[in-house]
Amino acid sequence: MHFTINGRSYDAELDIRISLLDLLRDNLGLTGTKKGCNQGACGACTVLVGGERIISCLALAVQYQNREITTIEGLGSPDALHPLQQAFIEHDGFQCGYCTPGQICSAVGLARELAVGVPTILTSNLATGAIDLTDEEVRERMSGNLCRCGAHNGIIDAVLKYLRSAPEIGVTR
Amino acid sequence: MTPFRYEKPVNTGQAIEICRHAPAASYLAGGTNLVDLMRETIERPQTLVDVSGLSCAIQESGDGGLLIGAGVKNTAVAAHRTVRERFPLLAEAIVSGASGQIRNMASVGGNILQRTRCYYFYDGTSRCNKREPGAGCDALQGYNPNHAILGASKSCVATHPSDMCVALVALDATVHLEGPHGPRSIKLTELHRLPGDTPEIETELRPGDLITAVELRANRFAGRCSYRKVRDRSSFAFALVSVAAALELAGDGTIREARLALGGVAHKPWRARAAEAALAGATPTEAHFRKAADAELSAARALMHNAFKIELAKRVIVGSFVALAQSRGSA
Repeated sequence: MHFTINGRSYDAELDIRISLLDLLRDNLGLTGTKKGCNQGACGACTVLVGGERIISCLALAVQYQNREITTIEGLGSPDALHPLQQAFIEHDGFQCGYCTPGQICSAVGLARELAVGVPTILTSNLATGAIDLTDEEVRERMSGNLCRCGAHNGIIDAVLKYLRSAPEIGVTR
Repeated sequence: MTPFRYEKPVNTGQAIEICRHAPAASYLAGGTNLVDLMRETIERPQTLVDVSGLSCAIQESGDGGLLIGAGVKNTAVAAHRTVRERFPLLAEAIVSGASGQIRNMASVGGNILQRTRCYYFYDGTSRCNKREPGAGCDALQGYNPNHAILGASKSCVATHPSDMCVALVALDATVHLEGPHGPRSIKLTELHRLPGDTPEIETELRPGDLITAVELRANRFAGRCSYRKVRDRSSFAFALVSVAAALELAGDGTIREARLALGGVAHKPWRARAAEAALAGATPTEAHFRKAADAELSAARALMHNAFKIELAKRVIVGSFVALAQSRGSA
């Protein structure tokens, strides 16, 4: 099978049953993506495919060949942190750190969803699509990522800070 | 997970052809339910026919209707401008379900055909007539707050978990299928079955049938419709009870037509026709809404841990309709 991950090409002979998560961690050594529940409930394994956030545990790798996959390793580097990584540090967005890569990938995907006007259950007027970028709205949009430490408030603060300063999103609040 | 052969057809016809000749074949779309069930070895397909990427368009179907391809992702449906303007009930129901990540993966067809989240169905050490016909049902006397209050049987008390489908049955959606014997259509209200003595047979689909699209006809409910979902936490949880409600008022203020469907209460998305009939022509008062809710839930039967759902469903129905009657609506 052939994959494009963080801009790099990978070829691998694989068991057809392998999930995208196990491919990343066990075969390619990209262990930044974490395995939490392995059943779609925790979001620790969130990665981006074509800029959209998905959970890699319920993704069969074979379905994601020749797609543009981005993991936490592709978002920033120790010398040049992604703005969200910086925001997580500034707002104490982690304790144990296990959910952090998933939280950050999820928030990057979230930013794109906001930019194209994807609604949530809190979107007051579905027809006009106006989205208030409130604390509650971000909690709803991040509900697919669980944090079992006490860091969730810091995570939401970090994501809000990032979203409010990211020019590409086009949301002023 | 048991081994399988993987096939990636380039069109619907080829998908059906592969499925027809392959032993124990399943269609695969987003995988958010099937992959999980395969990992638990509850589903053991020998061939996976990957239909993701097929039937991915949302098109106008004439006279204000909409044809939504079965392969469209849930997020794309909820974000679609026409869906939001003309069928906001559907958008609201979709964003009430799952998480952002799962909605990005899950398809319309897969959402319709997702299987119950009954714990006893998932737990291979429990008895389950759905997993193993004739084995018995451990949910019946087990922990069953999430289980059915309407249309259940001694064989099965599982519920259908979809939010999207609840809105779709309220909107009287038609499901288009293609299969080994050609194309056909069926109302979504008729697609899912009640469990009876054969809970392992969940739909009217025949072997090899593939859902290709869901069609919605124009309606006058866009200004007065809502999807309300009650669950154990405020996001990313299955419904205890959900209510898709819609009202059309006549010039004299009476109800011309009411639509009502319930989620989390039955083996299928539950179209509440008794309540709808009770409301047709009535004045939109709280007393009438309560009477309609009572009429619908009069057939409800509680298990050990879910009696609360009966009153909860009634209250959410009444609350939904009262709010819709009071809203300004749109012309």
